[in-house]
Amino acid sequence: MTDLARLRPVDERISLKYGAGGRAMRALIEQIFADGMGEVPGGVGLAAMDDGAVIPIGDHRWLVLTTDSHVVKPRFFPGGDIGRLAVAGTVNDLAMMGATEPLALTCAAIVEEGFARAELERIWASIRATCVEAGTTVVTGDTKVMGRGELDGLALNTTGVAITDRYVRDCELRPGDLLIVTGTVGDHGLAVMATRHELALEIELRSDVAPVNGLVRAALAVGGAGVVAMKDPTRGGLASALAEMAGKSRVGIEVREPAVPVSDAVRAAGELLGIDPLVVANEGKVVMGVRPAAVDAVLAALRAHPQGAAAAVIGVCTDERPGAVVLDTGFGRRLLSEAEGELQPRIC
Amino acid sequence: MNDLEALRFRDPVRARALVDALGHHVRRAARPPDRPLAVMHVCGSHEQAIARFGLRATFPEGLEVIMGPGCPVCVTDVPEVDEAVALARQGVRIATYGDMLRVPGTAQSLADARAAGAKVDVVYSVTQAVELARRLEEELVFFASGFETTAVATAAVILAGPPANFSILSAHKYIPPVMEIVAEMPGTRVEGFLAAGHAATITGWGVFTPFVARHRVPVVVAGFEPLDVLAGLVRLVELIVDGDARVDNAYPRCVDEHGNRAAQAMLWQVFEPMGGRWRGIAHVPNGNLRLRGAHARWDARRRFKIDLAALWDHAPPALVQHCQCGDIMAGISSPHACPLFGTACTPDAPVGACMVSTEGTCRIWHQYGGRPDLRPRAAGATP
Repeated sequence: MTDLARLRPVDERISLKYGAGGRAMRALIEQIFADGMGEVPGGVGLAAMDDGAVIPIGDHRWLVLTTDSHVVKPRFFPGGDIGRLAVAGTVNDLAMMGATEPLALTCAAIVEEGFARAELERIWASIRATCVEAGTTVVTGDTKVMGRGELDGLALNTTGVAITDRYVRDCELRPGDLLIVTGTVGDHGLAVMATRHELALEIELRSDVAPVNGLVRAALAVGGAGVVAMKDPTRGGLASALAEMAGKSRVGIEVREPAVPVSDAVRAAGELLGIDPLVVANEGKVVMGVRPAAVDAVLAALRAHPQGAAAAVIGVCTDERPGAVVLDTGFGRRLLSEAEGELQPRIC
Repeated sequence: MNDLEALRFRDPVRARALVDALGHHVRRAARPPDRPLAVMHVCGSHEQAIARFGLRATFPEGLEVIMGPGCPVCVTDVPEVDEAVALARQGVRIATYGDMLRVPGTAQSLADARAAGAKVDVVYSVTQAVELARRLEEELVFFASGFETTAVATAAVILAGPPANFSILSAHKYIPPVMEIVAEMPGTRVEGFLAAGHAATITGWGVFTPFVARHRVPVVVAGFEPLDVLAGLVRLVELIVDGDARVDNAYPRCVDEHGNRAAQAMLWQVFEPMGGRWRGIAHVPNGNLRLRGAHARWDARRRFKIDLAALWDHAPPALVQHCQCGDIMAGISSPHACPLFGTACTPDAPVGACMVSTEGTCRIWHQYGGRPDLRPRAAGATP
């Protein structure tokens, strides 16, 4: 069941579901944004819908380019803020293409009239700190101020650029490859949701938002060409990332749910809200497809890194049901499909 | 219940033992293949657990577990949604549970109304809606749905004296009467019911005793962890095969015979049962919970003039005529038999309520794959 094959036509009006990272968004990109655009001979263009573009610059080297826009409610949440999210999101998209040394970032800000200067300073302090962490800086930008009510506070856009001598795609899995996730899943999405819905939980939820280029660098250093696919499971969570990888690579994926690291706090909040941590956004994790011969070395390198201590092998690629992700829950088996539309807490 | 306790009910080894026991009792029934043993659960959370943990793939041949009208969002009828939409379009601020947003009414859902400029807030509890009302000057109507469990929370808020700008549009429903309807439905194949553990914490298992006496079918109260669901099913099938029609409590850590009397007192002090339609099912006598006259000041139906006629210019979309939600919730049909399922009706463009709610059968089947054959090929299965 490759869902890529049957995307619906985009509606007359663009509703919120088109930004939720699932099939609706892919339909919008495929049918409108990518139509007739962005072919890159010898590289990766828009139609590939990968984490970034790859442009050959000769000498077996490639320019990697990616861009992200950020609006988050609330702008500050446990573990991070919109500034950290913007920098980490862009650095991570570069890293997912195998480019772990970001040359530079751009940052454009659209600010609502009346926005507090103190809050901007706080957000830019966070942007600076996160850039230092990722080993990069913001080299150019753009500023717009819009009238009150024309925008909800602040929107940021960041673009990142890097040069690499090897790039990694999200479509090169083959049967037998193993899938690694670099740590606990669901932390970011549930932390933001708990803050947004003002849930009075007795447990501490913290976003995992962080640049992961250092972690990826460590894995690529030992895994080399054995690391064949990477994706950061942001919107749509682990489920969406795996579905995309399975669909694009035309393999089946079998995941052992008990092997997927989930923190106690995330598990409890997920149960309370009726939201599966596997469909919730992460901002500091990576799903890697690794050839069997490289798995031990990659796993050891990840676990030796402070961001990868909980890294685990969670599943395997098969030649059965190409495009489908089957979840073995320990009790039975089911399909792991992507969440669609906005995630909403359920009743009771 | 804390996490460690919950984990005791997620032990795959004990689950396998229960699956074996289930197979044993189903084999004892020795049914012909065209007449499987059919049981119904009346709770969206049971379907969630079954789907979420992949339990359907482990059920033995010869057992059919039907999902009944146990999703409160799905059984909320079109006129009830229309009342909320009409109020929202009249400019009244509405707060409701996230699941209710996209339930289709005659012309619009609340999500449509919001996209067109109406003020609609998503809350995750009635308490949160009250807090929101306290921060506002304007009127706030809480569009309340859910069964007796959530209705008690609504009742508690009313009794505690909410702010003057707060009122309730009740779509609350009461489960026991609809079980009568299903049991009496002509052509029903249901031989036993799995009843919802959380509702029974309020009502007590004793509420099912008269039902069992009238219909001579067993009822087992079960919880929501995988082992709870499996243990409940094992007991239910055992009672059916033994011809032993009685109420059994497979959730004793939370449920007793009499339930929470203080909660029941609050429920019936605030609400009265009234007959009304459940979407796709039937008119259910005493199936709707409405605010009593003594609490009229908190009742949005009495506080506002709701102009439903304004919605009647819109004919219902043609696709709705083919929707099988009603038959699916009554256990007569299944999503795979519906011509719209997965094609014209999907979670991002739902036609029927069963595709909207995260507890709806169609949504759950769409999300988790219904009952595809997922056995590994090594075990001899072909997809």
